[in-house]
Amino acid sequence: MSQWKNFTKGLIKDNPVYILLLGLCPALGVTTSAFNGLGMGLATTFVLLGSNIVVSLIKNLIPDKVRIPSFIVIIASFVTIVQLTMEAYMPDLFDSLGLFIPLIVVNCLVMGRAEAFASKKDTLSSMIDALGMGLGFALALTMLGGLREILGAYSIFGIQLIPGVSDGMLVFVLAPGAFIGMGYLIILFNYLKKKTA
Amino acid sequence: MVLTLFLVTAAASFTLATVYNFTAEPIAQAREAKRQNAISQVVAEFDRLESKNFLPPTGGDSLEFNFAYLNNELVGIAVNTWTNRGYSGRITAMVGFYPDGRIFDVVHLQHKETPGLGDKIEKGKSDWSDQFKGLDPASANIRVTKDNGDIDAITAATITARAYCDAIQRAYDTFEKHILSQTKEKGGLEL
Repeated sequence: MSQWKNFTKGLIKDNPVYILLLGLCPALGVTTSAFNGLGMGLATTFVLLGSNIVVSLIKNLIPDKVRIPSFIVIIASFVTIVQLTMEAYMPDLFDSLGLFIPLIVVNCLVMGRAEAFASKKDTLSSMIDALGMGLGFALALTMLGGLREILGAYSIFGIQLIPGVSDGMLVFVLAPGAFIGMGYLIILFNYLKKKTA
Repeated sequence: MVLTLFLVTAAASFTLATVYNFTAEPIAQAREAKRQNAISQVVAEFDRLESKNFLPPTGGDSLEFNFAYLNNELVGIAVNTWTNRGYSGRITAMVGFYPDGRIFDVVHLQHKETPGLGDKIEKGKSDWSDQFKGLDPASANIRVTKDNGDIDAITAATITARAYCDAIQRAYDTFEKHILSQTKEKGGLEL
């Protein structure tokens, strides 16, 4: 598999949220606006990149029996780094995402890529895999967040689409809207996957 | 095996300690800036702040009172108040009072209310909280109209509105008990 394919597979063909159905908890929970989705996606990308690099570097040093606990410690460390850095330098983003950052530890996407990819492949491939998967995740969350924001608040990235009208279809801001929106996006991505395959 | 796991956790702890050392200062600054910003929104212009904690008469955690002075004259009191009656747990807010007890303004600090419904307590989301401006809790009834009060509730988020009123009432009760009642006896505010 070429590195280009390795990179682009996360966007549509193996999109973590809509095709692999990984990391649904943050995908449903934080996507009340496009901005929140993008922030969460980029934070996860950073954790994924860090953990994939470290795991692929030390994969030969870690005995099989303790590899899962070791991976969890590595991932949790990166999550804490993201949390501290975000609170220090991006307090506004931290206000809206802070609650969900610790949840990246249990995001099966990060654990899944460490176990299924980084612990078997070389560092460069793992880095590219992490970037592709992370951007796919960020794309997925931004799309779902954007969809919910457009329908729920008639705005996108906080910019009003119809001046003076801010009360959209409330259901899309609430939890059920996340499931409805995700369902339609899953349909779209499966259609795109079939078309490109 | 045990050694490997030990080494992994030791390396992780060391890294985290380093990052913590680097970010501790900016985090403290960011939190302080947030607090200062909230205070400056709810009291008139000031050049000096003094903080003191008071226990609310209704029980529970103490409230932080920030006395704001301009040229050594008290211009307002910003009270960091809370309620546990929110729809999703605790809500904290900053309530600003004029020295005579009227409300200057109210801003929320933290909440986990429903996006699109309860989050209308936020200043940026709706002008709902503007109705507290200038109210005197001594004469006005800080409750939602459903509870025979003077505050219009938020449509579809009465519980949140009720909780916000509870937080403001707690701030006023504490203010009344520890400061207003005493200044009336002395005939002036001396702190």
